[in-house]
Amino acid sequence: MKKRSYIQYLSVPFAVLATLASCQNKDVKTVVEGNVTDQVYVAPGEYDEFYAFLSGGFSGQITAYGLPSGRLLKEIPVFSVYPENGYGYSEETKAMFNTSYGVIPWDDSHHIELSQTDGEFDGRWLFVNGNNTPRIARIDLTTFETVEILEIPDVAGLHCAPFVTENSEYLVSGTRFSLPIPQKDVPISSYKENFTGLINYVSVDAKTGEMDLAFQISMPGFNYDLARNGKGKSHGWSFLTTYNSEQAHTLLEVNASQKDKDLMAIINWKKAEEYLKQGKFTERTTSYFHNLIDEKTGIAASQEMKTTRIIDPKECPGMVYFIPVPKSPHGCDVDPSGEYIVGNGKLSADMSIYSFDKLMAAIESNDFAGDIDGIPVINYESGLHGILTKPGLGPLHTEFDGKGFAYTTFFISSEVVKWNVEKLEVVDRQSTFYSPGHLVIPGGETKKPFGKYLVAMNKITKDRYLPTGPELAHSAQLFDISGDKMKLLLDFPTKGEPHYAQAIPASKIQPNCKKFYKIEENKHPYVAKGEGQAKVERKGNEVHVYMTAIRSHLAPDNIEGVKVGDKVYFHVTNLEQDWDVPHGFAMQGAATAEILIMPGQTRTLLWEPGSVGIYAYYCTDFCSALHQEMSGYMRVSAQDSNVPLRWSLGENIEDKVEIPES
Amino acid sequence: MRKIKTFALLSLTYLFIWSCGGGGEGSKSDPNRKSTTGTSEETTEAKEVPKAGNPKGIGEIKEVKLTDPLDENMIASGKAIYEMKCSACHKLTDQKVVGPGWAGVTNRRRPEWIMNMITNVDVMLDKDPQAQKLLEECLTRMPNQGVSTGDARNVLEYMRKNDLEQTNSKDQAVKG
Repeated sequence: MKKRSYIQYLSVPFAVLATLASCQNKDVKTVVEGNVTDQVYVAPGEYDEFYAFLSGGFSGQITAYGLPSGRLLKEIPVFSVYPENGYGYSEETKAMFNTSYGVIPWDDSHHIELSQTDGEFDGRWLFVNGNNTPRIARIDLTTFETVEILEIPDVAGLHCAPFVTENSEYLVSGTRFSLPIPQKDVPISSYKENFTGLINYVSVDAKTGEMDLAFQISMPGFNYDLARNGKGKSHGWSFLTTYNSEQAHTLLEVNASQKDKDLMAIINWKKAEEYLKQGKFTERTTSYFHNLIDEKTGIAASQEMKTTRIIDPKECPGMVYFIPVPKSPHGCDVDPSGEYIVGNGKLSADMSIYSFDKLMAAIESNDFAGDIDGIPVINYESGLHGILTKPGLGPLHTEFDGKGFAYTTFFISSEVVKWNVEKLEVVDRQSTFYSPGHLVIPGGETKKPFGKYLVAMNKITKDRYLPTGPELAHSAQLFDISGDKMKLLLDFPTKGEPHYAQAIPASKIQPNCKKFYKIEENKHPYVAKGEGQAKVERKGNEVHVYMTAIRSHLAPDNIEGVKVGDKVYFHVTNLEQDWDVPHGFAMQGAATAEILIMPGQTRTLLWEPGSVGIYAYYCTDFCSALHQEMSGYMRVSAQDSNVPLRWSLGENIEDKVEIPES
Repeated sequence: MRKIKTFALLSLTYLFIWSCGGGGEGSKSDPNRKSTTGTSEETTEAKEVPKAGNPKGIGEIKEVKLTDPLDENMIASGKAIYEMKCSACHKLTDQKVVGPGWAGVTNRRRPEWIMNMITNVDVMLDKDPQAQKLLEECLTRMPNQGVSTGDARNVLEYMRKNDLEQTNSKDQAVKG
């Protein structure tokens, strides 16, 4: 085996290995066997079987794809402003980007988590983390819109997030980079003395989905990388991989790879809840933002949160444990039964598989090798179910098919390996193009996976699609895993760099999908429920236009009396009550973006005219045969002009009554 | 040259028919933004419908009992619906704006037809000859405004009152 010969390189730094791997010659045209088009072809008018939600990585967004077709269904803006529909530009959504660092209109979205009930996807909400400015977002799956963003304080690089518990009780996250808490001006070289890591538990309201930072656990200053929560018998526990147990602070690729093993943190969150009830926490003053969209008005409001509750494991025995895990671990995955926890070491040839029962027995009998900062370290051998020996190079992530098999991506050897969890035997391997990161099986992290498809998300894409300059779209590859052997079906391009995805049967989302917002229920303060309510109001230098949109006109379509230096707020209500009939609104020279207004919704665009003249505005989303005619003019006069404020539709504006300033 | 013109005209005509054709069952949205297979079949089918169509239209509304005097509560609700969902396109006079003016509508159309047009607009535009004729005149498909049957009845009551005010007569279509 050619791949095996690479194992000798294991002691050299990871980056070198990655380079070697990407130089391997792959046979571009391999692999597709039989008539796979039948398996991925979804005829016009037919629907895909699954929704797959892929994180958009450095785009800050989420994309929804259909499986098995690989068709892009929607891009959902989350952490980044989005000119296509005005998310982050409209007055209603601006507050979504408020953080303790100010307005942050971008992030790096990583891990998708669907809400669960009893360990199965319930199709209600989707959660995703912002890695750069630590935050967690919630997307409502009736509307596919981001409705909430919660910042997580005192952490950096919120990579290890937002992993959900089996009834969506909590979203668990850990800091990737430890920090001084509270922040202070100290030498970086004082890392070991001054830096602390936090593991965060965000509770999710069972009815509304609303998030709340319930508590944080203070941990040694390691890097917390990925997590999973227990299920079934292990429900109530969280498992998190950590790296840099060396606590290095420079040239981590060497200095954080010194030890043969790193650590996995094992947390009893039910115990943490008990300690919380007993008041065994420190309330700390800090600052973080909670941004929530009001369902009735569609307007986001921000609240600055000023306290957090921190639990110290030293004072709370039985709550946190460590166990050694192979060098520089990444994935940390729990099988559908909740018994087996897979710990991968990127720089280890072997994978360690832990047994929940054995971990509990070891804890019960104080089978510890010592402690770190008062946190007991379980003897490695005592918690082990066994070792999967040399399955490939650079194991990253594992998902399960519900039939007793696990599938692991190997970054360095560019493959997906199927193995038997109980017997610890490799049963199949398939090449990927190239360097896969995450992989997903629909329901693959739940108690009941739908073991039909597997999607591998590749970091590098060369030669898979028509070239597009130096940068290529990242690639997802779809495999059929219904048989004994995996079968490659399809490549499809993805947005940004997808870090994890989750996929769910369409039947769990499709019937609940909202088709329009009922205009009767629109509680926006500037709504115009019908054309009769369209009007223009002046308040000092603010001009508020209550505008309506319906096929095929905007009301009003002539506006005069606006002056240079005014702040003009276009509050556009879409009067339509029909599926898939948004109207757009664009204003010439507007310094932001257009807005897209869903049927029954009100959205507001702020426009500040800089010079006198006539300005055109129009609908951007093709709506009818007379879409081009759906437009209007705004007259802008000098600051000292006495042009009266008037508006009209279908009438001569001179015939309209002058509106006095209020 | 002439050939080209003819072709262009034909294409336009085809486009027009196509855009009026609609998607048939399961397709409730505006065909301006959606093409479906089998459109031509449906167009043929539509042609087979008798020219006048069913005076009660197509839809769940089979029989409406009109009462006098007019119900003031229904009128008030109907007026509110009109102002929120209808007034952008329909005037209370006989002036055609985006859609036809409402004056005299109950004298021209049976109550069942009116209510089916409100609640089942996509099917009506695709299959009812009278509705199709209106579409040819107005060139904008009436949107589905999500009006319930009860609210459609209220709107009808408001139309009856409006007809009395605008034309001094109402419900003439029922008598005809």
